[in-house]
Parts: sequence; structure tokens; C-alpha cells
Amino acid sequence: MRPILEQLQARRDEAYLGGGQKRIDAQHGKGKLTARERLEVLLDAGSFEEYDMYVTHRAVDFGMAGQKIAGDGVVTGWGTINGRQVYVFSQDFTVLGGSLSETHAQKICKIMDMAVRNGAPVIGLNDSGGARIQEGVASLAGYAEVFRRNAEASGVIPQISVIMGPCAGGAVYSPAMTDFIFMVRDSSYMFVTGPDVVKTVTNEIVTAEELGGAGTHTKKSSVADGAYENDIETLEHVRLLFDFLPLNNRDKPPLRPFHDDPARLEARLDTLIPDSSSKPYDMKELILAIADEGDFFELQENFAKNIITGYIRLEGQTVGVVANQPMVLAGCLDIDSSRKAAKFVRFCDAFNIPILTLVDVPGFLPGVAQEYGGVIKHGAKLLFAYSQATVPMVTLITRKAYGGAYDVMASKHIGADVNYAWPTAEIAVMGAKGATEILYRSELGDTEKIAARTREYEERFANPFVAAERGFIDEVIMPHSSRKRIARAFASLRGKQVDARWRKHDTIPL
Amino acid sequence: MAIKKILIANRGEIACRVIKTARKMGIATVAVYSDADREALHVQMADEAVHIGPAPSNQSYIVIDRILDAIRQTGADAVHPGYGFLSENAAFAAALEKEGVAFIGPPVGAIEAMGDKITSKKIAAEAGVSTVPGHMGLIEDADEAVRIAAKIGYPVMIKASAGGGGKGMRIAWNDTEAREGFQSSKNEAKNSFGDDRIFIEKFVTQPRHIEIQVLGDKHGNTLYLGERECSIQRRNQKVIEEAPSPFLDQATRKAMGDQAVALAKAVGYHSAGTVEFIVDGNRNFYFLEMNTRLQVEHPVTELITDIDLVEQMIRIAADEKLAFGQADVKLNGWAIESRLYAEDPYRNFLPSIGRLTRYRPPAEGAHEDGTIVRNDTGVYEGGEISMYYDPMVAKLCSWGPDRTAAIEAMGRALDDFEVEGIGHNLPFLSAVMQNGRFREGRLTTAFITEEFPDGFHGLAPDTAAARGMAAVATLINDRLQRRATKISGTIGNHRRVVGREWVVALGSEAIAVTFAQEGDASRITFADGGTASIHSDWLPGQTHATFFVDEMPMGVKVDKIGYSLRLRWRGIDVIARVREPRVAELAKLMPVKLPPDTSKMLLCPMPGLITAIAVAEGDTVEAGQALATIEAMKMENILRAERKAVVKRVAVPVGAGLAVDEVIMEFE
Repeated sequence: MRPILEQLQARRDEAYLGGGQKRIDAQHGKGKLTARERLEVLLDAGSFEEYDMYVTHRAVDFGMAGQKIAGDGVVTGWGTINGRQVYVFSQDFTVLGGSLSETHAQKICKIMDMAVRNGAPVIGLNDSGGARIQEGVASLAGYAEVFRRNAEASGVIPQISVIMGPCAGGAVYSPAMTDFIFMVRDSSYMFVTGPDVVKTVTNEIVTAEELGGAGTHTKKSSVADGAYENDIETLEHVRLLFDFLPLNNRDKPPLRPFHDDPARLEARLDTLIPDSSSKPYDMKELILAIADEGDFFELQENFAKNIITGYIRLEGQTVGVVANQPMVLAGCLDIDSSRKAAKFVRFCDAFNIPILTLVDVPGFLPGVAQEYGGVIKHGAKLLFAYSQATVPMVTLITRKAYGGAYDVMASKHIGADVNYAWPTAEIAVMGAKGATEILYRSELGDTEKIAARTREYEERFANPFVAAERGFIDEVIMPHSSRKRIARAFASLRGKQVDARWRKHDTIPL
Repeated sequence: MAIKKILIANRGEIACRVIKTARKMGIATVAVYSDADREALHVQMADEAVHIGPAPSNQSYIVIDRILDAIRQTGADAVHPGYGFLSENAAFAAALEKEGVAFIGPPVGAIEAMGDKITSKKIAAEAGVSTVPGHMGLIEDADEAVRIAAKIGYPVMIKASAGGGGKGMRIAWNDTEAREGFQSSKNEAKNSFGDDRIFIEKFVTQPRHIEIQVLGDKHGNTLYLGERECSIQRRNQKVIEEAPSPFLDQATRKAMGDQAVALAKAVGYHSAGTVEFIVDGNRNFYFLEMNTRLQVEHPVTELITDIDLVEQMIRIAADEKLAFGQADVKLNGWAIESRLYAEDPYRNFLPSIGRLTRYRPPAEGAHEDGTIVRNDTGVYEGGEISMYYDPMVAKLCSWGPDRTAAIEAMGRALDDFEVEGIGHNLPFLSAVMQNGRFREGRLTTAFITEEFPDGFHGLAPDTAAARGMAAVATLINDRLQRRATKISGTIGNHRRVVGREWVVALGSEAIAVTFAQEGDASRITFADGGTASIHSDWLPGQTHATFFVDEMPMGVKVDKIGYSLRLRWRGIDVIARVREPRVAELAKLMPVKLPPDTSKMLLCPMPGLITAIAVAEGDTVEAGQALATIEAMKMENILRAERKAVVKRVAVPVGAGLAVDEVIMEFE
């Protein structure tokens, strides 16, 4: 029997070599790891179970019959991250440039189907030159099979894409339909059409990095949720994120032992709000003070910085945080911040992750660019996402909650379960100055009178008590007790159940 | 007279310091505060507090009438001025006298006499105090200059009367140099200042700053409480002080003390005062000036004499007699003071303002090993370091039976001091405690410029320190990894097993280790076979803990940044990455990236209105310096320099409305 075992070993060894040592060296020369090396970093040591190692393509045109390499440019299977199951595929650039053939696509589809059936997330490591041109429409069909599965798996299991090399043309649409995209700085790019085509069509001269590098997608387009220095750091951060996510939509968010007193008081929060309401402060300090162990995994950190999104844990369990950031554009809502937060809220709601909303919002950003850009519809996305969410929701207003933005930011009226405010909260239709200028237009010439009116308005409305008197705020809390109060609020909501009326699906304002 | 209520005409740590002693003596206290200090610690600590005006001190803390109003309002019968502000203001002392309120400080005459540099030198010389030898009169020619120089004794400094900024200044070590120096100084002085008058004085080599604490009552008793050495200075700002001085012998101490007392008596001094001397490499000492107030660095004297100087000042002001004589003053052990400044050592000590998001001083009082830690401060966690006052955050003092013990205690106390939210000099202070020359006590006032000629960029760990840090990182990693495997939802029987082999990357150095749990402690084995035991109570989330590495306590600050750890200890600040050996091997394939090229332009980060431009074309700006202010959504946002640069062009005027990414200024 030994020769047969040796034969298997030989076939495995051949498959492990992918496109051969020369191409592996070239991949390393670019500062990139190979497909299997990446899985070694991503998964727990020794946990990877590979499938379809011997699959090869069936094409014969353009001399393809002589270019069959075991695995056909993608490594698939499952493994664990800290002991929790995950399905993975990792494209192998050393095999025909990682190009996607019919069989390559079939391998991906197979593990996606298994992931959905078994309720475990999929992580895709993308490093591919695109469609395998030699296969023509068969390759395109392969993409489409993957796309359809991305859509079907959406909201059932978390899907994470990591872009670790080129990802162009139709290939971008699979990551685009997943829940998270991470990129490697300087060695990955994503675009629908490359710099050459762009130059021909629009005469714009642009490099691949400028057009679709990590900088572009984390700061300008918001296509990516984060970018890291190299392959290893990127995969390590994916491991960190994975620990926050439930395995599927029937699962609860994971629970982990924690070493931080849920009743921890933070005296420093009593001085977080500056004397003047026109002075900014860093909302991240509050997030870190509330979080277990000060641990916060931020998403889209460099895009629409006027709103902060990311995950913390409270009593060991994942909570999604949406927070206005007064340090940037006074924390206002605009097109970008509304879209960013809406996407985040939808994911949390789909996967049973409770949502904490921290509010200091002066309103929507005025401007021609905003209106022309459709701020109405984009703002509505966030309003819709919150209104529809059924996960436990706790809201804390630290300072401003003005106008329509008050309604949007997880107010009681649109479905938040527990709404707290600090005594520094100002819940009103608008700031005192603006309000008096409208209410007392006839007195505008008299600065003294207007000042008195402004003071009067401030005293009446620049506080949380008008809202609290109506029950829109459940309790006005001491800033130093925020962690304790919020942790207890979420604890009280663990049994929350909402029955949804049957419908095929909603019609969110896209 | 008995003092019942003291108003402290000051703020910050010294106000808190005075309140502590007053409370101990059963005396009521009144704080005064400006707009910027409404929530300050001294206001919270005092029995009463009076608002005295806007934030700038020239509209509040140093306005005599405001203080007098506060006194009348509260019925305070005495005033302690602290240091700075009105503490050496004769008019203030006189005004209090007129008001019938006790001034807890020296008599008006003494303040006046010592307040003038020339008068004070004259009085000192008359009182038999050693002053820097020199010739004040006009010098005719080079021959006379040589004669005078020889009489003073080389080396000498030849200076232009009108001089400044090093111009017209020469040091001569012999007759030839004196002759040449005189000529060139004269020429330079004539050209630069149009005034060629020259004088010559002794040039003090290897200068140290050593000062004598004096204390006198109103009944003619004056004594000295030993010395303090304050040679560790940066741009004439004292950074580290100690008592006693590692340089003085008993004879010199007594000679300096006697002269200081003689000077105090000559001006009818009472209360606490300090006579500053400059001391050369041969222990020759020369009078510099007398400070007629409580010094910032007084705690080191208190620690070695066990005398509460503020209490003595209050008793003296209440006409009490000193309860002890010179023979009762015993210097016991060694004390060191480190001044914690809100100055960023990595950014050329640029002042830093902002919120103290974390402020956890080390435990005060007597420690098990017999050392003492004391921390004088006026801040608290969540408080604000404002731009209006001096940037001192705290004075951390340590006491030990000898100098080495005091230095070690200071090193540990600095490790245990957590300050976040602002840039501060803690790592620099730690580095000085590690400095070989400091530990040997070979100090001069040029210590910092000589030992840190290129500024301070953090200490690089030596082999032993690197192993200690690697052991700490490995222990932390083991706890984090083990906890990570305890997540819910794992597939049973196939849980992740945390390995024992790790590679710790500290900066660019990779250290391979094997980790083994042995009872309560753990053992780290290094690749070369060396081992270290380690134990600690550290748990995930703690930002500071003591790690016992081979039973040596290391107080390490720990910050988890993504998958890596930032560790800070003894002036070392490193990023540690702990990885499985296979991952560490793959990590070697990762490209080494140069820091990103920060653009040479300041771009507008948000649509807004430029409300201020803080620099002009041609200015050199330091990293962190304010460049411009943008008002957006009714909020003021200050834009700061990312690094040192010269402003080439300011592209927009104040009042301009800008869109995102518009150029505000360009750098060279």
C-alpha cells in the first residue's frame, strides 16, 4: 500500500507548489504571501481542511490543455479562528495569475454553499488578474454564479473580502456584495476599469494606486472598510474582527470572558463636554471609556469621520457603536456619514448585534452639493435602517440633538429601547441662536433683545428635561456612570423579541 | 497674632500644597480662580473660592486689586503668595501691610533689596558673600585687560557692557587670549551695539546650580536647611532637583550656609528664602541671586529635613519663634524631584495642551522598601491643561536613605505614573534616571545639552531590557491568546490550542522564546538557552501593571494597538509583535516601508472659514504647532504642523471660505 500513499503525497506536494517555485519567489519578491501562506496566518495553526486540491480546468483552447495546474488558481476549504468555524477561499496568483475559470468559480461556489448550509462565515482572499480570457463566457458565467451566491448568503452568514492583489473588472462585484472589504496598502487595488481604459475614454491620467488603491477606497470611495500595512497585519486584523461577529443570522453575537467591571465609574467623563457648545471634543474617548477593556474595532475610520462606526464589547458581548464625532464637521449628518452609518446599522440588525448610538448632532449639513447629491435619500437610508432595526438599541445623547437629525439618530420614536441623556444634552429643533432669529425676526435689529430671547430659549430648551418630561428620554444619567448604565440597559434587553409582519422584502431608499 | 484664614494668591499645585498644610494646622483656606480654573483642583480643595477674572494672569492672578477684593470679601487674615505671580512683588506685600493682612513671606524691604540684580550683588558683597570676581569699571586698553584678567585668575569672560546673545563675548584662558579677546570683543561691541565698553569677570567652568534654603523668624533667628542642586536644566528651566547635592562636602555646605544666613540677616529677612549660587568644578561658589519666596523645588528640602516649610512660613508670619536651632537641622537621606511638564520630548519639548484623559500618579507615602514617594500636583484625570499658565503638571519626589535608593525609587515611580491625552516629559525624566553620568552625580548646568545633543527620541533597549520587555510581551500575549480561545461558538473538541513557541518582534529585533507555565509563575526560555521567570497580575484591559521578571519589578505601561502591544518602561517606548514562529518567518517577507511622505502642503480638511493664520511666511514651525484655525459648523478647529518645516507661502487670507483639500499654506 505504501506506493499508493506515496503517490498521494506526491500529488499533494505538487499541488502545494501551485504555479511553481519561480512564481512563488516572484510573489514573495512583491512583498506578498502565497495563497496557502495567507491561510496559515488567517486560520488557527493546523486547522485548515482543504477541498478540491486536485481540481483542474477543462479548457483546451489557446493552448490551455497543456497548462493544467492542480487547484486551478484558488485554494478552498474551511478552518477555525480561535476555534470558530469559517469557510475560506484564497486565490493563488502564481497559477495563471489567479484568473477565474469555470472550475475556479465552482470551487468557490462549493464552499459558499457549504457555508450557508452549515451557518459559518466566508472569508475570501482576493488576488486575481480577473476572468480567464481563454475560457470566454464560461468564466463570466463563473463570476455570476459567485455573485448570485453572495446575494443569497447576504444576511445569512457574514461575508468578508480581503483584497490582497489586483481585483479589477467584474471581479470587484463579488467583494462589493460582501459585508466587509479590507485591503493591503500599496499591494492591492480595485477598480471596474483600469488606468489604460480610463485614459482612452476620459483622457484622465491616473495610476492604479490613485484610481483604486487602499487610500482611495478607505478615504474617498468608502468601498473598503479598512486597510493595513501588509498581508500579515491585514489578516491579523481580520482575525480580530471575526471575534466580534456571530457565525450566522440565527446565532447570538459571540461571548468572551472579560476582565473589566461593568460597573466601572469614569469620573473623567464628567468633564468631557467643554464649557462652550462650539468647542469640539473627542467622542472616541467616550466610546473607549464605555467599552470593555477600552477595546474598539473601528470600521471606515478614514471616511466620513463625522460619524464613527465600529464594535466594542459590553460584558464580553459584541455591541455595534454609531457615534457622531464633534471633532469633524461638528458631528453633522451628511451624505457620506448617513450612508456609512446606514450600512453599519443594517449589518448589525441582520446579525443580532445590539446597537449603541452616541448622539451629538447639530443637524444635517446644509449646502448645494449636499442637496444636489441627494442628501434627502441618503439621510433616509439611515432613518430607514434604524426604523427597521429590531435588535436591542440603547441611545445616549451627550450634547446636541437638533432637528431632524435628533429623530434619525436612534430616537425613541423610531424604535430605540432605552434612551439616555447626559445633563449637558440640548434636545431641540435647532440651536438657540438660529431659533430666536426665526421666532423673533422683527426684533433682529435690537441685539440686546435678541440676546435676551436667545437666553430664554436656551433656558427652556437647551437641556434634556423637556424631552424627559415627555418620556422621550428614559433617564438623565451622570456621565461618570455611563458604562454601568448602558451595560445594564443592554443586559435588560437580552430577551427582546419583535415579530415582523410578512413581506417579501422592504424597499429601502437605495 | 493668630492666623485663622489664609487666602492663597496662586493656583495649581502650589495652591493645593499650601491648602494641605493649612488644613493640617486647622486654618481655613480661600482659593482664587480665573475663568480657566473654575473646575481646578485648588478650587475644589479650598474651603472657599473667589473668582478673580479672565484666564490671562495679567487680568486675574497678578492684579493686586482683585486679590485685595477677594480678601475683603472672605475676611482672610493672611495671604500665601506661592511662587511666581505676586510672590516677589513688593507693592503687593506693601498693600497687604496697609490692609492689615499678614503676608506669609519676607518683609517688603527684603523683597525690594533682593529684587534688583545690582543692589542684591552689592549687598551680598558687603555681607561677605562670595560673588563672581570681576572688574566693573571701564577698561582702557589691552594691557589693562590682561592685568585685570591675571588678577581675577583664568579663565575669564570678557563681555561687552551692552552685549547680549553671545555677541562681544570671549573666554580667555591666558594672557594672549585675554589680549586678543579684549580687542575682538571691543570691535564687535562697537559694530554691533555702538558701545564698546568692556568688562571682565571670572568664567565659571563646569558650573553647577546649587542653592541654600534659609529660614528666619521675626525674632532674629535665621538658619539654613542645607542645599538643593538644580543643575539639570533645559533652557534655564529646572527639570530635576535634588537634596543634598552630590557635590558638596560638609565644609563647603557650611561655608555656603553661613554666607546665605549672613545675607538674610543683612536685609532683615524673615520667612523662607533661597540663596542661589553658581559652583565651579573646584567647589568655588559665587552668589547669583536671592529668591524671596518659597521655591518650586522646596519639597526635596522638606523630605531630607522633615520640616514643613509652608508650616514654618505660616508660624513665622504669625510672629512665632522658630522652635529649633541650626544644630537641630539634620539632613537625612536623599531626595529627588522630577518636574512633569506638559511638553512633548519627541517634538522638541513643544508645549502640549489638552485633556488629561488619564492621570494616575504612583502610590504616595512610605513604601515597603523604606523609600518615600510624594507627588505635588494641581490636576486630576479629566482636567484640562490650558495654554494660559505654566506647563508643569506635577512634581514627583522620591526619598531614599542614599542617592542610589532615591534614584531607583524615582525610576519606579515614573514607571508607575500614567499620563495620557497630552504630550509630556515622563519618558525623558526616566531616561535621565537611567543616565550613567547622572547616576554618578557628575552634573553641570549643561548636562541636558551635553547628554542629549540631538534632543530626545526615546531610549533604545539594551540586551537585558529587550529580554525583559520580550518576557512581558510574551506573558501578555499568552493571556490574550488563551482568553481568545474561550470565545463562545467554538466547535467542540476542535478548539484552538495555544502554542508555547513564540517570536517577539521589538521594533526591528526578533527574539524567539518558549513559554511555560510553572505554578504561579511562568518561565521564558530564549533561543540561546537563557531563561527568565515572570509573574504578574496583569489582565486584559489593564494599561499598567507590575511584572516581576526574575523577581525584578518592572512597572510597564501596556497599550493594545490592534494585534500589537505598545510597551513603555524606563524611557523605552516600543511596539512589540508576538507571533507564532511560522507567522514570524512569513513576516520576514513583508516589505519594509518608509514612513509615508507627508505632503508639503497644508490642505483644508473640511469646508469652512479661515478665522486665524497663526504663522507667517518664512517662519519655522515645530511639529504640533498651531498653523491656522478653521471655523466649520460653528466650531473652531485648529490645524497643526505634522512636522518641523519652514512656511514657504500662505495661500489664503483670514476670512477666506475654503472647500475640502484647498491649499492653505505650503512648506519648503
